Amino acid sequence: MNGGVHGKNVAHRASDGKGGICEPCSLEPYTGRSREPILRLVDVEKTFDGRKVLDGANLDIPRGQITAIIGLSGAGKTLLLKHMIGLMKPDRGQVLLDGVDINRLSRQGLCEARKRFGMLFQTGALFDSLTVFENVAFPLREKTGRTEGEIREKVRRILRHVGLEEAEEKFPDELSGGMVRRVALARAVVMDPEILLFDEPTTGLDPIIRNSILNLICRTYHEEHFTMVMISHDIPDIFHWCHHVVVVHNGKVVEVGNPSEIQNSADPFVRQLVEGDISGPVQMM
Amino acid sequence: MILSIAEALGARAIRATRSIGKMGLFLGASLACAAVPPYRGRNIVKQIHFIGVKSVFVIVLTAAFTGMVLALQGFYTLRKFGSEGVLGSLVALSLIRGLGPVLSALLVTGRAGSALTAEIGILRIGEQIDSLETMGIDPIRFLVAPRLLGFLLSVPLLTAIFDVVGIYGGYLVGVKLLGVNAGVYLGQMEASVVLGDVTQGIWKSLAFALLIAWVCTFKGYFTRGGAEGVSQATTSAVVVSSVLVLVCDYFLTSVLL
Repeated sequence: MNGGVHGKNVAHRASDGKGGICEPCSLEPYTGRSREPILRLVDVEKTFDGRKVLDGANLDIPRGQITAIIGLSGAGKTLLLKHMIGLMKPDRGQVLLDGVDINRLSRQGLCEARKRFGMLFQTGALFDSLTVFENVAFPLREKTGRTEGEIREKVRRILRHVGLEEAEEKFPDELSGGMVRRVALARAVVMDPEILLFDEPTTGLDPIIRNSILNLICRTYHEEHFTMVMISHDIPDIFHWCHHVVVVHNGKVVEVGNPSEIQNSADPFVRQLVEGDISGPVQMM
Repeated sequence: MILSIAEALGARAIRATRSIGKMGLFLGASLACAAVPPYRGRNIVKQIHFIGVKSVFVIVLTAAFTGMVLALQGFYTLRKFGSEGVLGSLVALSLIRGLGPVLSALLVTGRAGSALTAEIGILRIGEQIDSLETMGIDPIRFLVAPRLLGFLLSVPLLTAIFDVVGIYGGYLVGVKLLGVNAGVYLGQMEASVVLGDVTQGIWKSLAFALLIAWVCTFKGYFTRGGAEGVSQATTSAVVVSSVLVLVCDYFLTSVLL
């Protein structure tokens, strides 16, 4: 395993409900043709209402690996994710996708660059006036010239992959939290992206559903070898589901490494974060 | 003390300028998306149905009573000067040149404009607009342009309905209730209403439609702050749109007269 702890790894095996067991880090991370990072954030700064929320963030996202971004609430993790896909523009700095600064692209160029991404928002961000089927089919209908038959076949295959083939006619308000995340995942992968971004995919879910979502993400990784970036508060569990960890604090990247390096870090803040200790450099009321 | 007041005023001025600039850029982008194909026909028809068809009842009701009140008030005022015969002209010209476009716009603002702001605001706070952007779909082309076109196509038609129903309401009160000669009522109306009056009304209704769509979609698109933010955006959209309609009415009237 890439930096994980064996005892904990066994305890955290998750079942996908169909008899399959997935260990996300049991395979070598897929790096494809290039070992260059697929995404780089260089000295990214962002200020809102006079408050600096990203303060010179530097970050490399390795190609073909699962990267977890961890940190306190309000540290800037979601902002980093939004900068990666160009939903926000930095006040200073660069966001490089295969060496190209996405903030210098034209509107058309940015649309093209976004085809390489899929994103799962924390709340799912499903279109509430569309059914599950229509939500997943939406990007295919809007951005491809596929026939309705091809779309139906692909959507049903992906819904089977996430275990929701029976729910295709339901609306988002009829779904549980776990089901919403699974539909959102299905919609994020339907366009065959290269990079998947997850904004707290398991927050607010019970442990069983949480593990099933992580298992699903892991299974998707094994099958498709996407580059994945995941924000998570599930420490230390998340260390068993990623190859690379980024620790963010006060708008800066304070440490990067594999899960083992992060768990054995000498940095007092990182230690406090990993151990969940209420005493340390960060004082809570 | 003086410096801090100057600083605060300056900051306010900068914020206001930035806001106006943002609104201007938003309008430009919306008009560009509305003018340039591809068009989302089904979406546009859906918006026309929501903005136009579903407003017909309230437009007809308001128009009827507006015409009736105009005729009632007008009759007693004109009688003082022995000019009851021009009641038809009074009702028709008042509605076609002024009241029709303004009241239609205000009704549509309250009904469709507020709903539009709330709908887009909820899409914003639910990250559904972000979701569209991540799929490479321009949210202004997808959400705003069909609504803008829906307003531009529906509001003038609603204004026309308002005018016709209002004139008929005035006819009912003036002729049937107050005894004005039907031929005089209709004849005076025909003699005094010219094409220029009708086109003035159409220009006004188009201008109001653009204003309402612009303000309401802008407020919804840039909503922040959860449910309370949506509520504030909706209220602000209705108030700002209504005030702008009235202000714009004055300037358009002075230009078109």
